[in-house]
Amino acid sequence: MSHSKHGAHLHDTAPGEEEHEGVGGYVIGLGLATLLTIVSFVVAGTTWVWEPSIPVALTVLAIAQMGVHLVFFLHITTGPDNTNNVMALAFGVLIVLLVMGGSLWIMSRMNHNMAPMQDMMQMQR
Amino acid sequence: MSGISATADPYRIGHRGGSHQPTAEHAGGGLVSKRIIVGYGFWIFLLSDIVMFSAFFATYAVLVNETAGGPTGRELFDLRNVAVETAALLLSSFTCGIASIGAQRRLHDWYYGAMAITFAFGAIFIGLEVTEFADLVARDAGPSRSAFLSAFFTLVGCHGLHVSAGLLWLLTMMAQVYAKGFRADILRRLLCFSLFWHALDIIWVGLFSVVYLMGAGQ
Repeated sequence: MSHSKHGAHLHDTAPGEEEHEGVGGYVIGLGLATLLTIVSFVVAGTTWVWEPSIPVALTVLAIAQMGVHLVFFLHITTGPDNTNNVMALAFGVLIVLLVMGGSLWIMSRMNHNMAPMQDMMQMQR
Repeated sequence: MSGISATADPYRIGHRGGSHQPTAEHAGGGLVSKRIIVGYGFWIFLLSDIVMFSAFFATYAVLVNETAGGPTGRELFDLRNVAVETAALLLSSFTCGIASIGAQRRLHDWYYGAMAITFAFGAIFIGLEVTEFADLVARDAGPSRSAFLSAFFTLVGCHGLHVSAGLLWLLTMMAQVYAKGFRADILRRLLCFSLFWHALDIIWVGLFSVVYLMGAGQ
């Protein structure tokens, strides 16, 4: 009855699973992750970079390394058999960004708008 | 009849067994193998775990400067220790991948060897973290010293608890394979374990970047 549906689209893979699993992917992932980690530690300790740029560089390196882990260790890829996993990941990333970005934004605005602590104490007297 | 039931229930939920269709992987109605369903469910759990960690990260980022006159991260953090911890966890993630390849190819030596090395690296990580915490408490920089340190111990300690639970799970998986062999249900649990272990390493990447490297460079 539904043999026509036996298309390529009916194929799914579980997260963490690769079609032709081999050591090669893990070796590439380990190499890239090691490289990014070393760069992170060097950037954090260096003095010949404009100082305010260091947190930004560390954030970018961390996100890149998380991507490497996702692709090479967890095998979350952009292939058609991985759509469900990627959609779940996208939703998770959305929530993470909302929670972290929202908290930081709100709290920094509150700190900005609040009178300094000494003034507050004097007002209470 | 089959045509009607296929349109009304394309994924054949509630039609387990008694089906005229072979229950092979990806049978006609779009039936998906149990391994994929289990993996997907565990992936959603991991994402919810990551959302929980994001709340701890946000708390830490908000409180990082509230040291109450106590020590700051710059005075406390030992980056050499953190580098060794990072290396241990990254290598354990790699050997965990080797172990899952070994399990899929039914290679007992590969599996047990790689799992044992994964455990050793994980234990090194936990050992270093416990020593670091004990050292901080001894230097009067425990979790009750300041809001910054409360947030630090909560965030890093929660990750450490996850790794400890992962180590127990790792031993359980070794024992289960020893007792029951590479059965399909055991292999599904093994898939979940390796996803868990790799996800812990992803969280550690955020942790050493945000907490230790940014903290030490303040």
